[in-house]
Amino acid sequence: MRIAVVGVQGDVEEHVLSLKKAFERAGVKGEAVATRKKGIVSESDAAIIPGGESTTISKLIFREGISEEILQLAEDGKPVMGTCAGLILLSKHGDEQVERTETKLLGLMDTWVRRNAFGRQRESFQTLLHVKGIGEYEAVFIRAPVITKVGNKVEVLAKYGDFIVAARQENSLALAFHPELTDDTRVHEYFIRMALE
Amino acid sequence: MHSLNFLFNKMNGTAKKLNIELPNFKQVIKLPPVDLEKLRYGTDLIKRGFAKMQKGGVIMDVTNAEQAAIAEEAGAVAVMALHKVPADIREAGGVARMADPVKIQEIIEAVTIPVMAKCRIGHVAEARALESLGVDMIDESEVLTPADVFFHIDKKKFVVPFVCGARSLGEACRRIFEGAAMIRTKGEAGTGNVVEAVKHIRLINRAIKELQNMDEPDIVNVAEKYATAYRRLIDSIREEQGIDRFSKDDIVFEEYSFIEITDEIYKILLEIRDMQRLPVVNFAAGGVATPADAAFMMQLGMDGVFVGSGIFKSSNPPEYAKAIVEAVQHYDDPSVVAEVSKGLGEAMKGLDVFKLEESERMETRGV
Repeated sequence: MRIAVVGVQGDVEEHVLSLKKAFERAGVKGEAVATRKKGIVSESDAAIIPGGESTTISKLIFREGISEEILQLAEDGKPVMGTCAGLILLSKHGDEQVERTETKLLGLMDTWVRRNAFGRQRESFQTLLHVKGIGEYEAVFIRAPVITKVGNKVEVLAKYGDFIVAARQENSLALAFHPELTDDTRVHEYFIRMALE
Repeated sequence: MHSLNFLFNKMNGTAKKLNIELPNFKQVIKLPPVDLEKLRYGTDLIKRGFAKMQKGGVIMDVTNAEQAAIAEEAGAVAVMALHKVPADIREAGGVARMADPVKIQEIIEAVTIPVMAKCRIGHVAEARALESLGVDMIDESEVLTPADVFFHIDKKKFVVPFVCGARSLGEACRRIFEGAAMIRTKGEAGTGNVVEAVKHIRLINRAIKELQNMDEPDIVNVAEKYATAYRRLIDSIREEQGIDRFSKDDIVFEEYSFIEITDEIYKILLEIRDMQRLPVVNFAAGGVATPADAAFMMQLGMDGVFVGSGIFKSSNPPEYAKAIVEAVQHYDDPSVVAEVSKGLGEAMKGLDVFKLEESERMETRGV
């Protein structure tokens, strides 16, 4: 199995390392490939959009045509995961910040997002969450977005107060926090299982 | 760090003693109904994590809302809010201080990407002020006039993450020990000349390689050598007093003894040896002026690039900003670097670093 980490900007290496550990722990033979160019995502079994600056990542994936490859991958029924900035890009409905910066979204999930929902960096936090299908999970939120509303095809996997911070719609998985920053690889293992199905 | 619940209870307790009524903070602050005891802010993971989100990106110096908007539009991952770019700070002379908070706020309101700002080396009050303004990362920077000749800020005591400059592995280790979540080369800011940044990258990269051939006792010695910089205050006092005595258990910086610092730096060095890189994000800065400069920094293994005077001292800032972002994205594709460099107009004029007087150099500040 091959999973591509869309590596134009953000914490790409962290996802690659988490995937490598997750493959090992799940006992699945697989490789994790970071890519900044067209041609890798289309040859992969799944793709991850990492954390970073959504405005920057959006500009670059649309400029490079990686966006079309991700959309095609999803249409072929292969899984796509987005963390933090990736969650914003997967959603269909942006907020005022998304509109103001004219950030193009992939629109794979029927979700409404709010950027920087908790405030600035000093309001970034970590906390224990219950994530459906995974269990108790130490989640790291960094200038994190949230999902404020979902369409009826979206399954909510985790909430923080009133905010939705993890959700799944068919083969798309969106997280407001960063599973790639801790040594706990259960989210990546969950994603690998999605790719196996 | 205390949990919010703890603070609320404490405030309510005090209010009761004074017989005054406080608003219900839990409602006023509109916290989600979650387990506050499990909520943590400003951990190393969060601070270093923030820096990791900047990787592969360009951070641009801006002095007003319009420039910040140009930077965001060009694809910058963050902006550095300043009242003057380094080239102008250099020209103006005098004492360079933290920017006017009004300016910083104006820039914070103008963009959705993170906003960083600089404080003087060692100036805890400027750093606290920047933290309270909501700046996302503080650059404890040699570009401003240093406020403390002995020490840098103890950055572990802050919730907001810091970036610091380094010319060598020793400086980098000391800043990481103090809690820096990101390291950048010092280069020689405001010169538009990349030579010093390249020198600092080479010095750090090679020093990391050298660690591979060292066993633990060697690394202990290196750690002790690197920690010596923290002895300057106590050594100068004892020299004046004519006392020739030093114990490794002496407290030398904040509440840390010399042996504790050595030990921490030793652990950082082992981590660097195993990872073959710094344990925090490492950017290039100081003199990066053209798209090719930026691509070169990435080729030398940097995680990203700060561009100071290079963009807004060029003749066409919006195009220059975009070109530098693209060059960083495609640093390993010479045809893209060539393409985006076409017809950009004048780059900033620049200075020959070797003709600068020692006193004009910023990089020697804060070791």
